[in-house]
Amino acid sequence: MGTAIKKGKLHVVTLTVNGEEHAVLVKANTTLLDLLREEFDYTGTKKGCELGDCGACTVLMDDRPVNSCLVLAVEADGHSFTTIEGVEQGGKLDRLQEEFINQAAVQCGYCSPGMILSGKALLMRNPHPTEREVREAIGGNLCRCTGYVRIVKAILAAAEANS
Amino acid sequence: MIIPEFEYVSPQSVQEACALLVQYGDSARVLAGGSDLLVKMKDGLMKPAYLVSLKNLDSLKAIRYETGTGVIIGARATHNEVMNNRLLQEKYRSVCEAAHSMAADQIRNIGTVGGNLVNAVPSADLPPILIALDARARIVGSSGERTIALEDFFLGPGKTVLEKGEILAAIIIPDQPTTGSNYIKFGLRRAGALAVAGVASSVTVSDGTCRDVRVVLGAVAPTPMRARQAENVLRGKKISRELIDETGRIAAAESKPISDIRGSIEYRRNLVNVLTRRSLKAAIEKGHI
Repeated sequence: MGTAIKKGKLHVVTLTVNGEEHAVLVKANTTLLDLLREEFDYTGTKKGCELGDCGACTVLMDDRPVNSCLVLAVEADGHSFTTIEGVEQGGKLDRLQEEFINQAAVQCGYCSPGMILSGKALLMRNPHPTEREVREAIGGNLCRCTGYVRIVKAILAAAEANS
Repeated sequence: MIIPEFEYVSPQSVQEACALLVQYGDSARVLAGGSDLLVKMKDGLMKPAYLVSLKNLDSLKAIRYETGTGVIIGARATHNEVMNNRLLQEKYRSVCEAAHSMAADQIRNIGTVGGNLVNAVPSADLPPILIALDARARIVGSSGERTIALEDFFLGPGKTVLEKGEILAAIIIPDQPTTGSNYIKFGLRRAGALAVAGVASSVTVSDGTCRDVRVVLGAVAPTPMRARQAENVLRGKKISRELIDETGRIAAAESKPISDIRGSIEYRRNLVNVLTRRSLKAAIEKGHI
């Protein structure tokens, strides 16, 4: 090919993560997942299948869950993100996190950040979901150890606490 | 898992995007949501030197009604935006339901209508219902704009009529006398499953007679396909259970499925039969489009 391709060029990206605004330089092929883990050290965002199937890398983008493995960091420009590290407020766990503990909804823990963020997004838009709605909301998050019963219970218990 | 390096460009206008696509030719791909494209790049199935991002093109995102044209769905609208859009819920709720049947929340917040169509995967969920509703594809290129029937948009798996430098800008659902429509998909799970088969139908019914009908099959041919012989069984006739059963049988017979990991030819044909009957019944009885 005759034209020189400027690979590896850096792009300026301005984004808000857990309430803090950042301007960072990223390569075009960096995923939001890698940016969060490597640049910001938010390693609660887990790396699973990296193909958008498992939901371990779920973060909230403008309050909506997305697979951070399928968002380019450069496309995150101008958006606001919440990772699992941003769910607690002032050193106090969110009610949903408390309920994951109370209901023993965690076994190996790998899916938990994504599960909690999907659950959190659901409760933000629908404070009193049905069990069916809860199951649907975590449809993109795979758990390979406990099964989903306790996870669903935890989200419903947090919803109960809303009322 | 590494995404091979590429040059990222984010044009500020559709014209600029088209010009870049002409300039870069086959070495460029359009980046909309990325939920299909980035997976293909990670899997090494695609190695574009350039990605032309539509991120800044907000004109491609709107869902609106235009008198004389119909409902216009911008190609960059995400599946969740379609699913939750009030205008679509009022006028074409079946499209919202089809969007809802896809993938999972995380993907529906990223993936776009345009991406779902341009990728031209035979099992895609939006094409059947959109074709059943006689949707048009508005295509913009460097030399202008053209609008074609969505039915004629697909050429084969991964292949569409889009020419070099062209972008799918919007889907238009024209005003129509349709009285009911419906999309039913059969997947192996409720979430995150591709359709083993999907059937969409639209009907115009008055006085118990089927004035017009469209039956569109997904995942059982190289492209979404109209079951025209099946439609002919029902069109113009007094609706009866026997006639709907016959429509299902004919649709199954004219489908062209393959056997793959999700289902065999025989299984898929049987699904087409059952889903066509169910979809038609729902479209006739449900009373929403």
